[in-house]
Amino acid sequence: MTAKHNGKTGKSGKGIDRRSFLKAGAAVAGAAVGTDAITGFPTIWAQEIKDIELRHVGVSYSVVKAIGDQAAKDLGFKVTMQNLDTSAAINRFITQPNSVDIADLEGWQAKLAAKRGVIQGIEARKIKEFDNFLPIFTKGELDGHKIPRQGISPYEALYIAKPDATELHDGVTEWLTNVPQVYNADSIGYRPDLVGHTVTEWKDLIDPKFKGKAAILDVPAIGIMDAALCFESAGLIKYGNKGNMTKKEIDFTCDKLIELKKSGQFRATWTTFDQSVQLMAAGEVVIQSMWSPAVAAVRVKQIPCVYAPVNFKDGKEGYRGWCNGMGLMKHLSGKKLDAAYEYMNWYMSGWQGAFVSRYGYYSPVPSTAKKFMTPAEYTFWYEGKPAPEPVTDPYGVPMEVAGTVRDGGSFVERVTNISCWNTLMDESAYMNKRWNDFKVA
Amino acid sequence: MTSWLYISPLMLVLIPFFVLPILVVLVASVFETDGFGGLIPTFTLANYGTVLTSGLTYNLYFETVKFTILTWFFTLLLGFFVAYFLVFHVRNPLLAIGLFLICTVPFWTSNIIRMISWIPLLGKEGLINSALLHLGLIREPLEFLLYSGFAVVVAYVHQLTIFMIVPIFNSMARIDKRVVEAAIDAGASRFDIMRLIIVPLSKSGIALGSIFVASIVMGDFFVTKVMSGGGSASVVGAFYEDISVLQYPGAAASAVILTVVLLVMVSLILRTVDIRKEITQ
Repeated sequence: MTAKHNGKTGKSGKGIDRRSFLKAGAAVAGAAVGTDAITGFPTIWAQEIKDIELRHVGVSYSVVKAIGDQAAKDLGFKVTMQNLDTSAAINRFITQPNSVDIADLEGWQAKLAAKRGVIQGIEARKIKEFDNFLPIFTKGELDGHKIPRQGISPYEALYIAKPDATELHDGVTEWLTNVPQVYNADSIGYRPDLVGHTVTEWKDLIDPKFKGKAAILDVPAIGIMDAALCFESAGLIKYGNKGNMTKKEIDFTCDKLIELKKSGQFRATWTTFDQSVQLMAAGEVVIQSMWSPAVAAVRVKQIPCVYAPVNFKDGKEGYRGWCNGMGLMKHLSGKKLDAAYEYMNWYMSGWQGAFVSRYGYYSPVPSTAKKFMTPAEYTFWYEGKPAPEPVTDPYGVPMEVAGTVRDGGSFVERVTNISCWNTLMDESAYMNKRWNDFKVA
Repeated sequence: MTSWLYISPLMLVLIPFFVLPILVVLVASVFETDGFGGLIPTFTLANYGTVLTSGLTYNLYFETVKFTILTWFFTLLLGFFVAYFLVFHVRNPLLAIGLFLICTVPFWTSNIIRMISWIPLLGKEGLINSALLHLGLIREPLEFLLYSGFAVVVAYVHQLTIFMIVPIFNSMARIDKRVVEAAIDAGASRFDIMRLIIVPLSKSGIALGSIFVASIVMGDFFVTKVMSGGGSASVVGAFYEDISVLQYPGAAASAVILTVVLLVMVSLILRTVDIRKEITQ
C-alpha cells in the first residue's frame, strides 16, 4: 500500500516525508534497543547506509563474528567478518585489495600494506576516542615507562606522514596506518601440578627436566622470538634486537633449536590456538609457549594451568607483545568510507573493548571498555586484584571462581613488561629457511 | 574440425584452470622480489639456483618421498586385498557392490575430521595408550604413536586407501572369471593364479591408484604438519611458508620444481602400463 501510494505521489513532498519519517523512526528505535554510547549517523542517512556492507578481514582471534554482529546491530549496516590465518590474510590484502574493506593488521602487516600502497591513511582527528588512547600506542610509553621497540611496536607502526605515504613515520603525525583494537602480552603456559615450581623465566621451557613434555609455537616469525626469549633467559646469547635478528643470530637460534629437537626436548610444535589447548589438556606437554585465552580454555576443562608472569629480570625475560588494528583499504570512498570511520569509532566506544577483555586481551581505550564491564570484571582483568565474584567468558561460560587473581597481575604490570613485539624481520626469507631446517631435522 | 569440437569442453576447463595458473607460476619463478611482496619483472634463474643448491630442499624431498613411499606401500597392500576379496570371494555381485559402497562410508566426512580423530586415539593419554597401560603391557605411554612419522603414515593410509581400492576393483572386476577357473583346472596353485593372472591383469588399476596416492601425498602439507606435531616438514609446507613472508618468486620456483618431479614420477609409472590400451580394451 505504502509503496503504491509513494509511486503515485512521485516526488511530491508528502511521500518522501512520510517515508523518511518511518525510516528515521525505525532507526531511532533500533538505536534505542542497542547500546546508548553509539551516536554516529544522522538518522536521515539510515536508509542510505543500510545497503552498505563492510568486509572486515583478519585472523580469528581478532576479527570475531559476535563483535561484527553487534556492530551491525548498533550501526544499521551490514558487517561481514571473514577469518584467514595470518599468512593468508596479508597475501589477500596485497594481492586482492579490493576484496577487503577493513584489513585487520598487525604492526608489521601495516608496514607492508603501507609499502604496497593498498591502505589509505586514517585521519586521527576523525577517531573520536583518539585522545583517550593509551599512550602505549600514540606515544610509545605508559606511565613514564618507555615501551621497548624490539620487533615492531604498535607505536612504531602507527603513523605515516601523509595519507598516501608508503613509509612509516617515526613520531606523531595526523595520519594513521591503522586503529589499534586488541592486543596482549604473551608468555608461557604450564601445568603447576606437573612442573612443580612457579615459572617466571622463559628458560624453563628448554629445561631438560621437561624433555619430551615441552612445545613451542610453529609460526616462524613469532616462534623464533619465543625461542630467542628462552635462549636469552638461559644466558646463552644476548641479542641486539630479538625482533630483527642478524643472520648470525638466526643461525645461532635455529642451530640451538635443532640441537634441542634432536635431544627430544619438544613433544610437538603448534600453529593454532586449538592445538595448544589440546596439547596441554591431553597431557602431551606440561609447559609450552601459549596465548592467554588458550590457558583459560584449559582451565575451563578443570585442568590446572598457569600463564607464567615473565617480568623483566636482569635485563632478560619479558612478554612478547602483539597488537591488531584496523586499516582502511585504499578503494574505500564516499559513504562507504564514512561507514568505515563509524565502524572504527564504534569499536573504540567500549562494547568491543569489554568483549575482548573478557577473554584476557586488552582494549586500547580501557576507559570506554570499563563502562561495558561489571566492576568485578574490571577489577579482575585490568586491576589484577582478586575477583570479587565468579568471572565468565564473553559468551557467559564460567571461567574463574571468586577470589582468583589474574596471572601476571594488573594491566600495567603485564604491559610494561613487554620486551618485544611481533614482527617480520628484514632477514625473514633466510629465517624461514632456517626454521624449516629445524622442522625437518 | 569435429575432433576439435570433441576436445573443446576439456580445453575450456584445462586452459583457464590449469594452463594459465601454471604459466603465472612459471613467470613468477623467474622474477625478482623487492622483499615486500612486490615482483620485479626480469629474467633470472637465481630462484631456481637458490632452491636447487640448498641442502634444505633435499632434506624436504627426502621426508616427503619417504612418506609417499610408505603410504603407497600400505595403501597398495590394503587396497589390493580389499578389492581382491570383493571381486573374487564375494559371490553375490549385489553384495559386492554393497560392500564396495561401505568402503566409501568413512569418506563421507571431511579429510580433516578423519585425520584429527586419530589424535585422541593415539595420544599419550589416548585410547590405545590407556588400554595398553591398563592391560599392563606397557609401563610408560608409547610416545611414537602420535606426533611422529608413524602418525603421519597412519593418517595418509586412512585417507587414501580408497584411491587404491576403486581403480583396482575396477580392473579386477573386468577379469574374466573363466580364466581363473581354467587355471585351477590346469592345476595352478593359488599363488600362481595371483602372480600370473590377477596381478598382471590388475596392473592398470594399480598404476592409476599409485598415481593418485603419490601425487596427493607429494602435494600435501597439512597432514604432515598436524600429525607430526610440526616435528617434520614437507616440500609444499616449506614453500607455503615462503608465501607467508611474501617471497613469491622463490615459492614459485619450488612449485615448478615439484611439478616437474611429479611429472617425471607419473610418466615413469605410466611406462610400466599402457593405460590407454587397458581402459579401452
